[in-house]
Amino acid sequence: MTSRRRFLAGAGGVALAALPARAVADTPPGHHSPPDPGAGRGSDGGHSAMGGASGATFREGAGVDHVANGFDPRTLLREFDYGTVSTENGRTVREWTIRAQDREIEVAPGVVFPAWTFNGSIPGPTLRATAGDLMRVRFINDSAHPHTMHFHGIHPADMDGVPMVGRGIIAPGEEFTYVFDAEPFGLHLYHCHVGPLAEHIARGMYGTFIVDPPGGRPPADEMIMVQHGYNTTFDGEGNQLYAVNGIPFVYMNDPIQVRLGELVRIYLVNILEYDPINSFHLHGNFFDYYPTGTRLEPSEFTDTVVQAQGQRGICEIRFPNPGKFMFHAHKTEFADLGWMGFFDVVDGASS
Amino acid sequence: MSTTDESRDAETRQDPAARAAAEDPKPAAGTATRDSRRVPLWALVVGLVAVLVAALGGLAAYGGQTLPERLGPPVEELAVERTIIAPGSIELVLRNTGPDPVAVAQVFVNDSYVDFTGADEPIGRLASDTLVLDYPWQDGQPYTVSMLTSTGLVIEHVIDAAVATPEPGFEFLGLMALVGTYVGVLPVLLGMLVLPILRRTSGRVVRVLLALTVGLLAYLAVDALLEGIDLAVLSGGAFGGPILVFLGAGLAFLALTTIDKVLAGRRPDEQGATGMRLAVMIAIGIGLHNLGEGLVIGSAYAVGELALGAALIVGFAAHNTTEGLAIVAPLTARRPSLWSLVGLGLIAGAPAILGAVIGASVDNAGLSALLFGVGVGAIVQVIIQIVPGLRDRASGRLLDPAVLGGLGAGVVIMYLTGLLVAT
Repeated sequence: MTSRRRFLAGAGGVALAALPARAVADTPPGHHSPPDPGAGRGSDGGHSAMGGASGATFREGAGVDHVANGFDPRTLLREFDYGTVSTENGRTVREWTIRAQDREIEVAPGVVFPAWTFNGSIPGPTLRATAGDLMRVRFINDSAHPHTMHFHGIHPADMDGVPMVGRGIIAPGEEFTYVFDAEPFGLHLYHCHVGPLAEHIARGMYGTFIVDPPGGRPPADEMIMVQHGYNTTFDGEGNQLYAVNGIPFVYMNDPIQVRLGELVRIYLVNILEYDPINSFHLHGNFFDYYPTGTRLEPSEFTDTVVQAQGQRGICEIRFPNPGKFMFHAHKTEFADLGWMGFFDVVDGASS
Repeated sequence: MSTTDESRDAETRQDPAARAAAEDPKPAAGTATRDSRRVPLWALVVGLVAVLVAALGGLAAYGGQTLPERLGPPVEELAVERTIIAPGSIELVLRNTGPDPVAVAQVFVNDSYVDFTGADEPIGRLASDTLVLDYPWQDGQPYTVSMLTSTGLVIEHVIDAAVATPEPGFEFLGLMALVGTYVGVLPVLLGMLVLPILRRTSGRVVRVLLALTVGLLAYLAVDALLEGIDLAVLSGGAFGGPILVFLGAGLAFLALTTIDKVLAGRRPDEQGATGMRLAVMIAIGIGLHNLGEGLVIGSAYAVGELALGAALIVGFAAHNTTEGLAIVAPLTARRPSLWSLVGLGLIAGAPAILGAVIGASVDNAGLSALLFGVGVGAIVQVIIQIVPGLRDRASGRLLDPAVLGGLGAGVVIMYLTGLLVAT
């Protein structure tokens, strides 16, 4: 009998093969990599997990099947969706089509979560515009449940995406186009606003909305980190899994490669439900923090920031030292339940 | 579905006659009718079994399709039957006590995911598997082990205080045997030392003593029943939960009644259960009870919840000394040999040794509940044996003030000496 476990291990191999070659080649010894394509899980000839005193890990350091999930946090990290761009009356117009979809997602190896998503991924696509652009977001509800898209930003009441205002709830099978100006510049988010609200958000209906300042920000290696959790028991009391960008521990298995001395910009968002606050802590370095990204001057030079639900901010970092540096929630419970990862700082010439 | 088919096939294979009958029952029945005009009994039985097997098998294979699926999500239940704590690791012996298979996907201990081995495949109903968690636990600290299943359900197991599980070696078993001797054999033998004094007393005093014994035993029965039900609840209910206690009690009662009838058959001169025969029955009943007591001591020690101090030993000794009194109460009218007295003491006390060894090495709540039930059934049977002896031969009355006083005193003595034992 072909077990589901072996099937998953095989599929994990496919996902690994799709990775950039450097992520595999530079895997240092002693760190636990995704499952070896040739070895089934449970074999003793594979990788070594951390575990024990070395810290939290999933069983045997395994990863999930990103291919079956339909999204991969290792690439989603740097994916920005600028929409279909046109010009009307000399003004830039950006158009997107976003579908609400019910998906079964493997959120931890062997654990399936019945998610509600925007475009099939958790978090949903990162929508990006420049201040003053006209945004047209066509929302199609392919889910079996009623949903909306509620954007943070400055917009008319009937474009707010909440029940009983404007078009209100978008029933299954229906669609609606949200039209509004991209303002103010900064780092925002969007999420469903249908009741029960906590569940509609916690099921996975959220994403990042970036409005660049006129003229943009200095060039950098840009990435998003959306902090969230999975309440797999649906009891509304805390979460069993915590993560950035969809899958717990994913950047422990595959550290995020950044270049020595290069400016790194993290768009950090917190949309965690059922816990009061979240935090981001960087090892071996400090960063400039721009709360909500609405000012071009940093408010703080720090290595730890706290965010409540819906709060977000931009972190700008340069790594002066090569090697592996952890980042994680400094609420250690969240870190040990999945919200931790590594930066792997490499010399610019080698990558 | 495939499992059901296999089991049906296996059952049919075991009985070639049934298979033949199931494949083609008509010619067999026809032949029998021609030969003897009546179908032989064995053929009827075989035919009936074949029909039952075919009907149940068919129902299992196809009947489910005629019924709607369950409305709710899968019912996932796991009981932890045994926890083995070794340096750097926590081992859990799991049993699926629910109706559906359970796949343990990930495990976190005190809100931190851990690496582990075991349970690679889903655990089927009533099946068992063992998880070995890689975790640097600290001595005496509490831990909550949370098993995250494939559906996202969390099944928690609480370790009240982590203590290294003793190695089940020769030295450890010797220690358990010593404990069993201290709390079982010695107190019972000590209690039996009252026999010479009892001989000099009147028949009325003997009746009071027998009433006292009934009081003692009634207390033990209720105590064992409560403790057995507690343990049965811990066992997760896969094998019946509290019904295990009553199952053990019922079977023990029937078995002891049978033994009693056999003993009575060998000595037809004795009227009713009196004298040595009653003493033996009481000793067996108390012995089965002490088996349960030993189990609790052994398993409590194994999980580090019991200090084997002087207080415990003295407490149990005081408690169990009264059991020796109960054994010799029917022997006041005769002169048993020293060896038969020692034999009675061993029957009543030695099972505590066996219980301690089993409890420390097996530590299975379901088994313990069953054995506690055995103790309860044994005691109830013994009480029924003793009660006729309480009757006043002159007046024929059963419940006179002396007997009632003895019953009350027995219960109170057990309650008070029980307070000395803090388990």
